Amino acid sequence: MKRLLRDRRGLFGAVVLVAALVLAIAAPLVTRGDPNAQRDIVATRFVPPLSTDATGGFHVLGTDRFGRDVWTRLVYGARVSLGVGLLAVLISIALGVTVGAVTGYGRGPVPWALLGLTDFALAVPRVVLLLLLAALWQPSTALVIVVLGLTGWMSVARLVHGEVRALAARPFVEGAVASGARRLRVLVRHILPNALTPVIVAAALGVGNAITLEASLSFLGLGVQPPTASWGNMIASGRDVLVNAPWVATVPGAALVLVVVACTLLGDAVRDALEPSAVSHQPVS
Amino acid sequence: MLTRLAARALAGFGVVAGVVTLTFFALRFAPSDPVEHLLGPSATAEQLAVQRHVLGLDRPVPVQYTAWVSRFVQGDWGISIAKGRPVRTMLADAWPATVRLVGLSLLLSYLLGIAVGAVQAHRQGSRTDTALSVITVTLFAVPGFWLGLMLVMVFTYWARVLPAFGAAGLDADYLTGWGRLVDGLRHMALPLATLTLIGIGGSARFIRGAMMDLSVQPFVTTAHAKGLSPWRVTWRHTLRNALTPVVTLLGLSLPTLFSGAILVEAVFAWPGVGRVLVEAVQARDYPVVMAATAVSAGLVVAGNVLADVFAARLDPRIGARNV
Repeated sequence: MKRLLRDRRGLFGAVVLVAALVLAIAAPLVTRGDPNAQRDIVATRFVPPLSTDATGGFHVLGTDRFGRDVWTRLVYGARVSLGVGLLAVLISIALGVTVGAVTGYGRGPVPWALLGLTDFALAVPRVVLLLLLAALWQPSTALVIVVLGLTGWMSVARLVHGEVRALAARPFVEGAVASGARRLRVLVRHILPNALTPVIVAAALGVGNAITLEASLSFLGLGVQPPTASWGNMIASGRDVLVNAPWVATVPGAALVLVVVACTLLGDAVRDALEPSAVSHQPVS
Repeated sequence: MLTRLAARALAGFGVVAGVVTLTFFALRFAPSDPVEHLLGPSATAEQLAVQRHVLGLDRPVPVQYTAWVSRFVQGDWGISIAKGRPVRTMLADAWPATVRLVGLSLLLSYLLGIAVGAVQAHRQGSRTDTALSVITVTLFAVPGFWLGLMLVMVFTYWARVLPAFGAAGLDADYLTGWGRLVDGLRHMALPLATLTLIGIGGSARFIRGAMMDLSVQPFVTTAHAKGLSPWRVTWRHTLRNALTPVVTLLGLSLPTLFSGAILVEAVFAWPGVGRVLVEAVQARDYPVVMAATAVSAGLVVAGNVLADVFAARLDPRIGARNV
């Protein structure tokens, strides 16, 4: 942990993510309250950042076409975007670790078939699959989480598969087997705890990736549905007013980039801290 | 080598077949169908049933699947339910635009990414390296659709120098030669810049890391010991060896790039396969979705196989191992 925080990338990533999480949790305390609140639309719409509207309300980041406070929507949107990212990655990690462990240490036709399925799913263009799944069923926040989770486990499974196979040949595992431990116990108690380093890195990078994909789906109208604020649908709503109210699309996009950069830098720093011999260069799609 | 390549191509064919099968059944089991979109909310149940019968959508799903596969392999890709145009014509019109955009951005992003990554590795730890790292990490994180919007805001609305939408101007049919080429390039500038900038982030990060890994290898130490200049060691020895995994990465990045192109095409109304696919999915236009999915999966798989072939050509040891 000390090594991680001494790394400037890790420190920056951790500070930004913690700040975003704290703001998202404390949303009612740091905003004007209801992110969907509309008052006199004509008097309050398109107020520029750091300005006061006709009713006397001050807006740090301005207002959108319905006179809604952009800062309030940004913070409540963080709840949705970060929540979707974190939950989707949890699903991906759970599935990926299970499949990776079974294919790496299991025997018989099931691991073989699962590995084939993993390779097949890895070759499928993810956004095409996401687009199909999200478009065909009624778009909702829950659907986005499930769809992102179900389409993101393959790279984790491949990572865990490789680690488990490498660890299975190590002396401490052979020792555990020789001492009479059951295979499941060897896998869960001895192999998996040592195979999780790349998973932690993949999780940090995966959160950023999932947040971006959620925003992409919401931008296409297939993700989180208005009036619920998410960074993706906030950007989409600002698309038509780029000329007269550029802040509506710029602000949530900048927040998104900041959080994804933080996830990437934190992932790089975690990798370097846990595996000092590794160099942070692997792009993750 | 040829046997292994054939096996790789066969596996690729299996992936495409799997993707289209998955898509077919996902479409059929999803709520709502193209007939509801076609006839609108005021259609009666009887009208819907008649139209479903006409389109063959009331038959059992496995029967529909078999019929679709047999027609597809014979080159009959059907008629778009939403637009009434032959699907092959729609895709034949669309795919050159996507290939042009994706191909050029792939080329540019890797050329520029390799140059940036090499400079970073050469000046490792310097301010230039740090500054370029900040830029590449940011580019790596930027969502394509948002970057596209920002470029439109700056270059179309503020500077008023580049068009934001479509692949050609309204007067393109009346332009000839040079004028037409310039019009096409101006329309392509923003979508191409968007995809290229995003791509640079990933490729530069990768090449920097690969070159740093190689910089401690004995052959690099030997090159330095021979008295070669640092630049010569970087360009002739380290970079050259770092390029082999880049070729594989190039193939692996095709799905990501194609996915990015779908969103970028949506932002810039670029008339490519991605836009056709998005519109068709929203309209539940089964024949178009199926054909567009098959074509895009085929392009991606072909890209991966080609990358393997190039990697084997660059490093014969790979040919003996993996292809």
